Amino acid sequence: MTIQSDIRDGEARPLHHAKAEAPEVMYVPRYTGLQRVNHWITAILFTLLTLSGLAMFTPYLFSLTGLFGGGQATRAIHPWFGVALAVSFVLLFVRFWKLNIPNKDDVEWTKHIGDVVTNREDRLPELGKYNAGQKGVFWGQTALIAVMFVTGLVIWNTYFGGLTSIETQRWALLAHSLAAVIAIAIIVVHVYAGIWVRGTGRAMVRGTVTGGWAYRHHRKWFRQIAGARARRGAVDKRGS
Amino acid sequence: MADYSSLDIRQRSASTETPPEIRRQVEVAKLIDVSKCIGCKACQSACEEWNDLRDDIGINRGVYDNPHDLTPKSWTLMRFTEYENPETNHLEWLIRKDGCMHCTEPGCLKACPSPGAIVQYSNGIVDFIEENCIGCGYCVKGCPFNIPRISQTDHKAYKCTLCSDRVAVGQAPACAKACPTGSIMFGTKQAMIEQAETRVEDLKSRGFAQAGLYDPAGVGGTHVMYVLHHADKPSLYAGLPNDPKISPLVAFWKGGAKVFGLAAMGFAAVAGFFHYVTAGPNEVVPEEEEEAIEYDSVKRREGGIENGGEARPH
Repeated sequence: MTIQSDIRDGEARPLHHAKAEAPEVMYVPRYTGLQRVNHWITAILFTLLTLSGLAMFTPYLFSLTGLFGGGQATRAIHPWFGVALAVSFVLLFVRFWKLNIPNKDDVEWTKHIGDVVTNREDRLPELGKYNAGQKGVFWGQTALIAVMFVTGLVIWNTYFGGLTSIETQRWALLAHSLAAVIAIAIIVVHVYAGIWVRGTGRAMVRGTVTGGWAYRHHRKWFRQIAGARARRGAVDKRGS
Repeated sequence: MADYSSLDIRQRSASTETPPEIRRQVEVAKLIDVSKCIGCKACQSACEEWNDLRDDIGINRGVYDNPHDLTPKSWTLMRFTEYENPETNHLEWLIRKDGCMHCTEPGCLKACPSPGAIVQYSNGIVDFIEENCIGCGYCVKGCPFNIPRISQTDHKAYKCTLCSDRVAVGQAPACAKACPTGSIMFGTKQAMIEQAETRVEDLKSRGFAQAGLYDPAGVGGTHVMYVLHHADKPSLYAGLPNDPKISPLVAFWKGGAKVFGLAAMGFAAVAGFFHYVTAGPNEVVPEEEEEAIEYDSVKRREGGIENGGEARPH
């Protein structure tokens, strides 16, 4: 009991004291547990699809087939990952499509894209739960996953090889690969946005964001839930 | 898989290494003189026999074609066409032995994503190396002649090998060996072109003014060539492509799309990195946290909520 800063010393706890001086932060719920699980299952499948798909897209990346147990195994598993992702994404879509309908604020936000990328949040309109960029990711992925699902069935040789003409399959293969690289590029931006806009990862990991984060980035949404949150309790099951 | 040295591989699918160049074999070719074919199917039997394949018993579709299409086990097939020549008013029975054309620029090889699953030997033969085949079916899309077939048993692609194992030891393909009329000939590509020229000349003298050699330039020439009585209309012969070439869709997919794809993904990542080092992170400032808390408590007071009114820091 000679070291004053020892945490076991009940009387003097400078570490704790220092922490208490940090600004107080409130947390608001953004995603429910189910929504996070749904998101991460989709994310994991997307990653697996990216790795196995790129392996078959270019010879430079064929070695990625090693991650899935070889070329044949990669060819066999890739479409099943795709089916699973389609199911998972449909659930995400059903949960979130209403919140992603574009509105006037999105037009305004898009006009101020220069302020967006230079972190001039003060010049942007107040936004609901999602900004136009996030909605772009949502609808972009919706369209591209739909394209990849349909074209993927066409080129799924094991089950659907003989059902369409070879010319149709050529179109499907081209559309599938183009949709894939665009989708991957969008996801790269999506992941980067999560790194760039600090405090965002918490929404998908813990389900909450700080009040300040909501106030800064999605003030209209924050205004809606600030009172409602207290009425409904801490966890908003609908995540709206 | 043929008994070839790696010295003899001119092209290898999905491979970026430079192929060996110091040795060049003489290009070989099979010449199929359609005008001499009697449709006996000895070539089909010889193919099954030499390659030790027995196709499943199929269904008679009311035409002579038997089986009615190429299959993973039937690598060659006589296709019969009844053609009423409007000029002569004659019924012509056009019989074409279908199978891999062994293109100089093979669409299958271009499309194949698996290193070494499709090779082209320096004598021009295009061979599938089944142990490397992953069964994706890209070769089917790449082929301008609709030749490769994927087995539903082992999910691997199969087609005519031009009896690469026989050719490697100086033998002619089994079909050429078995053909009773000499309709199928085999030799160096040069010799086969010369042979074709004499045949074309002969056919022209017999009234087939449009007789000619089918060695389509769109795929860089082929190592299976036809002598046709109607070389101006190859599609008469059970849909033989008039001007076969690798589909522009496949060419773009394997060319521009690949470059575009890698560039788009790379650009997204690089742009993100440079954005971060210039604009920096978008961080919430403490004042905003405070404003949020204040707004929240005001809102809750307005809502008439007492107790539990304080923000809930975790």
